[in-house]
Amino acid sequence: MMFKKQWNSGLKGWLYLLPALLFLGVFMVYPLVDVFIYSFEEGYNSASQTYMGTGGYNYSYVLHDPYFLQAVKNTFLLVIITVPLSTGIALLISLGLSSIKPLRDLFQTVYFLPYVTNTLAVGMVFMILFKKTAYSDGLINLFITWFGGNSVDFIDGPYWAKMFVLCFYTIWVVMPFKILILTSALASVNPDYYRAAQVDGTSRFRTFARITLPMISPMIFYLVITGFIGAFKAYSDVVALFGTNLNAAGMNTIVGYVYDMLYGDSGGYPSFASAAAVILFAIVFTITCINLLISKKNYSL
Amino acid sequence: MEVILKNLTKKFPSRDKKNRNEVTAVDHFTFEIPDGRLIGLLGPSGCGKSTVLNLISGLLKPTEGSIFFGEDDVTDLPPENRGIGLVFQNYALYPHLTVRQNILFPLENLKGKDRLSKEEMQKKVDEAARLVQIDGLMDRRPRELSGGQQQRVAIARALVKRPKVLLLDEPLSNLDARLRIQTREEIRRIQRETKITTIFVTHDQEEAMSISDLIIVMKDGVVQQIGKPQEVYDSPANLFVAKFLGTPPINVFDGRIRDGRLWIGGDAVLDLKGVMDQEVYVGIRPEGFVLNDKGALGCTLRGVEVMGRDISVVSVNDAAAGPAVRSIVGAEDRLTQEARHKPEGSPIRFDVLPRKVFLFDRRTEEKIDYEVRQRRNGD
Repeated sequence: MMFKKQWNSGLKGWLYLLPALLFLGVFMVYPLVDVFIYSFEEGYNSASQTYMGTGGYNYSYVLHDPYFLQAVKNTFLLVIITVPLSTGIALLISLGLSSIKPLRDLFQTVYFLPYVTNTLAVGMVFMILFKKTAYSDGLINLFITWFGGNSVDFIDGPYWAKMFVLCFYTIWVVMPFKILILTSALASVNPDYYRAAQVDGTSRFRTFARITLPMISPMIFYLVITGFIGAFKAYSDVVALFGTNLNAAGMNTIVGYVYDMLYGDSGGYPSFASAAAVILFAIVFTITCINLLISKKNYSL
Repeated sequence: MEVILKNLTKKFPSRDKKNRNEVTAVDHFTFEIPDGRLIGLLGPSGCGKSTVLNLISGLLKPTEGSIFFGEDDVTDLPPENRGIGLVFQNYALYPHLTVRQNILFPLENLKGKDRLSKEEMQKKVDEAARLVQIDGLMDRRPRELSGGQQQRVAIARALVKRPKVLLLDEPLSNLDARLRIQTREEIRRIQRETKITTIFVTHDQEEAMSISDLIIVMKDGVVQQIGKPQEVYDSPANLFVAKFLGTPPINVFDGRIRDGRLWIGGDAVLDLKGVMDQEVYVGIRPEGFVLNDKGALGCTLRGVEVMGRDISVVSVNDAAAGPAVRSIVGAEDRLTQEARHKPEGSPIRFDVLPRKVFLFDRRTEEKIDYEVRQRRNGD
């Protein structure tokens, strides 16, 4: 009797979960497993559903493909430059925002604008700012030449210039979210801590380093982790800036490489795409684990 | 260190857009707090107690007036240069630091010649911890401590720099009833041992009465009365102070003085000397009633409540301002025992003790002094 009752309620629970489980299974778990399987099948053809053999060939090909290596280099550069910089700048701006009173709402709105603006529209604006055309050198070059520098082609020019635009753009796009999170984190610190520090004659820097920073560190770690993941998955931003032929521009990212392998001009290679995707997954997974380990070690409240 | 407040006033700008009047939180405070005493700053919520504390600490700047610590005018000094220790209502212990680091924090801020060596700092921290008896908990974090222990850490942190004045904002309000009594004794002991002038804010009159050397009763930013707890209780300056001190609270009646007699409703309660005929408020402390079948004041019995040691007779009187008249009577009294068996609604009579009866002016609510005229027999 008891047993039957328990079994019934267990079954009921699973029944309630069934729609969600089905949905997750079909659209999340199955594709993930499938990608993993494809990545070991040589020359898989999605039209005929055939392949020539199994093994690590796909990985070996991808890892020796200069385009992939370029994409990995680009992605890592992007991650290493933008994540610390954007978090740092967002922290500075949030501190500024929380210490001013007049016009705070206006500034908050201004800083939040990129978040609600379409990526491609923002990309267009950046083209106007940076792109050299037959008619103009772009707004930034105008300033550079004003101050006596030589104009640079940021979109089709040297690698460092393109990387600069990409990083600048990425930082600018991810900033609003980080500012939003950090200003609310700063606002949630009980002002009594600051009063206590003031009574004890704590310098402003020490107050920040010893009180504010530890108190908001969970949020900073959250932003760093999601920042890493987001930057590793960069793709649409790059397209918005440099167009779809990223390999030619030398500005491809790992996700871009995966896309090109599937649908690009050189596309039609789901096996290679799957292998690249699995490699990306392994990278992101490792870095996130490291991040979590560090944050646990540094922040045990 | 004496703390002297002269004409201290603090006004806050109004948040109400329609009403631009400023809010006066503290209104022309002038008083002197003697050296080495424990002072209770007492008043209902929102009366400006904490504002006074923040003005003394320097976290707020006064609109007017000045503050002296002994001879020194500290009105324009920032908090860190005043030599004060402040304990916050929520303790404001840094959650990511251990107890030791929390107590050490103020010492680490010292610069230049004031800076102590590492050993001296640790010595001072240990000293402060021993004073508040938390020396066994030094490596815990605040959230691993009980409320009472957190309170002690907060006091240790405030004391570690040997402040001239220690300020406590509602130090007991976050503790449960038993811990509260224990902690207030603790505060008393620490104050006695350190002899630091200590000011604490509370809305709980019992708390203030039990441990203070001196209490300051305030209402709406204005000092109502300053004095030793028992003096203030025995001789309240006005109706507010009389009502605010004492549990159960004082019973207030509408009364009048006619031909040298104090009347409550139709009963002549006391014969008085030296007062003009007028309408008054009559305050009678619960312990000022004595059951007497031929007593002067007649009421209607509502019930008898036994609360441990005390027995209170709850009754109704038409002239009473409150819904019920509460009197604490002797448990062994024969009449008390009788009253317990009387049905609700039966008449009951009391005599009143003159020194527990206070008269207040109807308009100003200030105390009216009077003398009692002994009744002659048969009068």
